Amino acid sequence: MATVTLPKGNPRTKLLVTLVVALALPVILFGAVLVLATIAKPEPVAVFVREVLHHDPATWPFTGLVYGVAAGLLTFMILNFGAVVAAVTIWWEMRVSSRMQSRIGYNRVGAGGFFQWIADAVKLLLKEDLIPADADQLLFRAAPYFVFAGFGLIFVALPFGESVIAADLNVGIFYVTAVTALVVVGILLAGWSSNSKWALFGGMRSAAQVISYEIPAGLAVMVPILMAGTLSMQGIIRAQGAWPWQWFVFTNPAALVAFVIFFIAQLAESNRPPFDLPEAESELVAGYLAEYTAFRYAIFFLVEFGNVWIMSAIAVTLFFGGWQVPGVAAEAYEAARGAGALPAPAWWGLQVASMAVFFVKTFLVMNLVIWIRWTFPRIRVDQMMNLCWKYLVPGAFATFVATLLWQILVARVPVASTVSGVVLFVGALVALVQMLRLAKQNVEAGGDQVDLSNW
Amino acid sequence: MLTPLQTYFPIGVALLVAVGLAALMVALANLLGPRRPSVVKSTPFECGSEPAAGSPRERFGVKFYVVALLFIVFDIEAIFLYPWAVLLLPSQGYPGLGWAGFVSMGIFVATLVAGLVYVWKKGVLDWAD
Repeated sequence: MATVTLPKGNPRTKLLVTLVVALALPVILFGAVLVLATIAKPEPVAVFVREVLHHDPATWPFTGLVYGVAAGLLTFMILNFGAVVAAVTIWWEMRVSSRMQSRIGYNRVGAGGFFQWIADAVKLLLKEDLIPADADQLLFRAAPYFVFAGFGLIFVALPFGESVIAADLNVGIFYVTAVTALVVVGILLAGWSSNSKWALFGGMRSAAQVISYEIPAGLAVMVPILMAGTLSMQGIIRAQGAWPWQWFVFTNPAALVAFVIFFIAQLAESNRPPFDLPEAESELVAGYLAEYTAFRYAIFFLVEFGNVWIMSAIAVTLFFGGWQVPGVAAEAYEAARGAGALPAPAWWGLQVASMAVFFVKTFLVMNLVIWIRWTFPRIRVDQMMNLCWKYLVPGAFATFVATLLWQILVARVPVASTVSGVVLFVGALVALVQMLRLAKQNVEAGGDQVDLSNW
Repeated sequence: MLTPLQTYFPIGVALLVAVGLAALMVALANLLGPRRPSVVKSTPFECGSEPAAGSPRERFGVKFYVVALLFIVFDIEAIFLYPWAVLLLPSQGYPGLGWAGFVSMGIFVATLVAGLVYVWKKGVLDWAD
């Protein structure tokens, strides 16, 4: 075997290349998604057919086909975007995790190990794809597709920006809850078909856990639905304001509780620590994916980490005002669009701003998920079931009823939601400052300094 | 305005693209990866020792079955609640379901909560025996 010696790169060149790619990647992906989302609508398609192809869009039989191609490109781009987001999430999580554990972590491939996700993908492509002899061949092969389809289908309904959404369904959040279930089907198939004890235990645990937490999650989602009066993702965001004290999480005390319930349930549904019992490495090796290798394994892995991003995005949509840019009213987007066939530059600026707001919020919630992973030990199966059925389910029922009463109160006394928003937002700020102060105190009590320079 | 077909069209595309992408990557991995099967490799992994006799697909705890039953009951209830939650409150000229809707769903949910209390007292929710 010949040994491959990689040239020792100049650290400055490495940093430069990493920075260029790390900045170009979101620009290209966001740009493509934004442009395609603008084009893939019936009106621009009609203009295109009339002006460029010189046909009457109403009577020409292939208008639908042109629209289909545009929508297909958009969906394709959004799925690519989702895969890259999931991969970069893995890199970010590993970096944060290593800092939390006082170790170095990824630092070889690219500056800060940024290209590790590409290296891992290539490595997994080059591995042997094994299927156990006693496995159920068909189901074993089918499982990763279910998982990946569930993952990809959610991205279609995620509202990235004011008009950046592939399909703004009138049943939006219901659709999201429904397709998430495909991931469970995949996991259960993987566990059953592997014909391995570890995998079957992992699959059964996972199924019990995910379907149990589906109940509190579904009931907690009812709170923003009641407040917005719609299931549409964009509709729920538009029913909230842009400023923090106008978000659903603060304008209704019950919604704050509902958010906590929803968040815990989502952690459990995506098998995140401290709810990672289905793949508890010290008990079940790797649970349902113990027998998977090569890229089939990579698909499970990618979806699991991509789900962290997805659950953060859904939480931002339902409770944290989504893409709403502070200071920009809902009518401002339509006004900035202008009368031309193509929107005016100001409109594009607003769209980019709304996407940036959505991504910053999602990123912050995602960090909370990573933080929880390294803070709490894994819980036992009986604790997991108790937490769900004896605390979260009754709690979710209570927030649901409380929201009904709250909405009746708000209909009579509209100022109640503003008061609640301001009070809870200020309370949250105070709690945050207090927590940071305590953390600093604790670090300094151990004779250390708060040092963020070694990032 | 979008027709329903146009609204839902991207979902069909997404399904095709997702399955297509996954199939492409798996096919690529099959093409690029080595293929050296052996008897040991194709046995189930049990931490390096010989796999214990017997199929893993044996009988397992009835608790899982009970959880599935509970899930169906409460999930169906959630499905009833979704459209009701959208229609309950008045919006944009629509009067809402009003107190009649509130009370009828209240009775339904109260029945379910009574059911939850019942299974709780019966000890169904206690996972550890």
